[in-house]
Amino acid sequence: MKKLINGVDQIVSEMVEGLVAAHPDKLRSIENTNVIVRADAPVQGKVALISGGGSGHEPAHAGYVGEGLLDAAVSGEVFTSPTPDQVLEAIKAVDSGSGVLLIVKNYSGDVMNFDMAADLAEAEDITVKQVVIRDDVAISNPEDRRGVAGTTLVHMIAGAAAAEGKSLDEVEAIAQSVADNLRSMGVSLSPCTVPASGKPGFTLDENEMEIGTGIHGEQGVERRELMQADAVTEELVQHVLDDMHLNDGSEVALMINGQGATPLMELYIVARKAIQLLKDRGIHVKKTFVGEYMTSLEMTGCSVTILNLDKERKRLLLSGRE
Amino acid sequence: MELSTAVMKQWALRINAKMQEHKDRLSELDQAIGDGDHGHNMARGFQEVANKLEDTSYDDIGAMYKDVASTLISKVGGASGPLYGTAFLKAANAWKGRDALDSAAFTEGIEAAVGGIETRGKASLGDKTMLDVWIPVRDEMKEDGADAEKAASTAEKEAEATIDKVAKKGRASYLGERSKGHMDPGAFSSQLVFEALAEVYKEGAS
Repeated sequence: MKKLINGVDQIVSEMVEGLVAAHPDKLRSIENTNVIVRADAPVQGKVALISGGGSGHEPAHAGYVGEGLLDAAVSGEVFTSPTPDQVLEAIKAVDSGSGVLLIVKNYSGDVMNFDMAADLAEAEDITVKQVVIRDDVAISNPEDRRGVAGTTLVHMIAGAAAAEGKSLDEVEAIAQSVADNLRSMGVSLSPCTVPASGKPGFTLDENEMEIGTGIHGEQGVERRELMQADAVTEELVQHVLDDMHLNDGSEVALMINGQGATPLMELYIVARKAIQLLKDRGIHVKKTFVGEYMTSLEMTGCSVTILNLDKERKRLLLSGRE
Repeated sequence: MELSTAVMKQWALRINAKMQEHKDRLSELDQAIGDGDHGHNMARGFQEVANKLEDTSYDDIGAMYKDVASTLISKVGGASGPLYGTAFLKAANAWKGRDALDSAAFTEGIEAAVGGIETRGKASLGDKTMLDVWIPVRDEMKEDGADAEKAASTAEKEAEATIDKVAKKGRASYLGERSKGHMDPGAFSSQLVFEALAEVYKEGAS
């Protein structure tokens, strides 16, 4: 394992320290936690948004804390969801009395810890709602699907809605509608190494790739012979579209997300083909995101996310922050 | 079977020793079908439990295990924190106000723990999770009374049996058929919990 770290146990706290030190005008942290909040939180009259999960997905989620986006991010250990008391600290720090929405990726650890935190917050008379993101179509049963890169689109759209002063119920409904219209699928060409274990999560030969990889270096659903970018993109886009109800004339947002160690050059090659494929089907791409939004340490590969846009989601996405 | 406050304290400390000893094995098992940090997380959490217990004296087993539970919930994270935390929290409720546990009282705690794990994790027997160990141990205790040594051997056998199962919950479930051939890490850490019980009971009883 070759990593620019000081020690396995300090990784997360030192990252949090660095983030706050680098952006002191925008961010602060809560002492004795790995919680990052907007410097001006709680914002009066605004629904607060919190997301989080294991660390190692940067910029998600701490990189989305700011005006028009999240009010707080809770970072757990690398690839390990944060504990309920940490989430509770975040909730208490950002609630202005307008309520708090938790944006949770559908991983059992995340769901359980955020759930317990919501119970604890309710006991302190804070109104908390949750939206669970399940955008990964690699898993066939929709209930079991993981929350992956598309989660960041929920941050953006729900963030814009909250910034407009919408109520908790309204923000929750919008976040849920994004979640319901969001699909992703990933491919990995090489694994990542979780610092605590010191060894790669899986091994792949030179001519192999994993289709349907999660964002924790967990193996994909299928190991395949490496294909060229266009063929891989076609497969990912097809998988995603098969699970959506898009028509000729549908409007979408497209995200090509790098997993941490893939050059932008390659992501744009994928973007090129994805846009072409959607255009061929008469689908209008209103907004494209190419870059790293939800990474998996130094895994190589990418994911394709498509979000079906209605009028409101389009308005909020185009007016909001990224 | 009679378990004193002292033995119950030793149980938690011995679980910690086992987690430290088998940390790498637990992470290796997790790496095969999860993300490879189960050993690290359990070792970190139970070390905190040990620190807490060594610094505090208890007359009430319920109060002691409430501390075990809240330490695990606040230090472990992942799925293991809420699952083990909830298990010991429910057991602690059942053991509240007691300074010794007979077979029936201990079994009551284990029964409550299993209920907690089921509710929190929404898994069932056969899903290749820690419940594949806890449920048979509970059933045996309800049937024949609590026996630490029997619990340990059942736990070992049932953990072993998860190797051939297909995971239906947690990260391993994403692998489908590919999760076969590997022991569930949560089942193995649960095996260690009952092994620790058998050891401290034997030492305490002799």
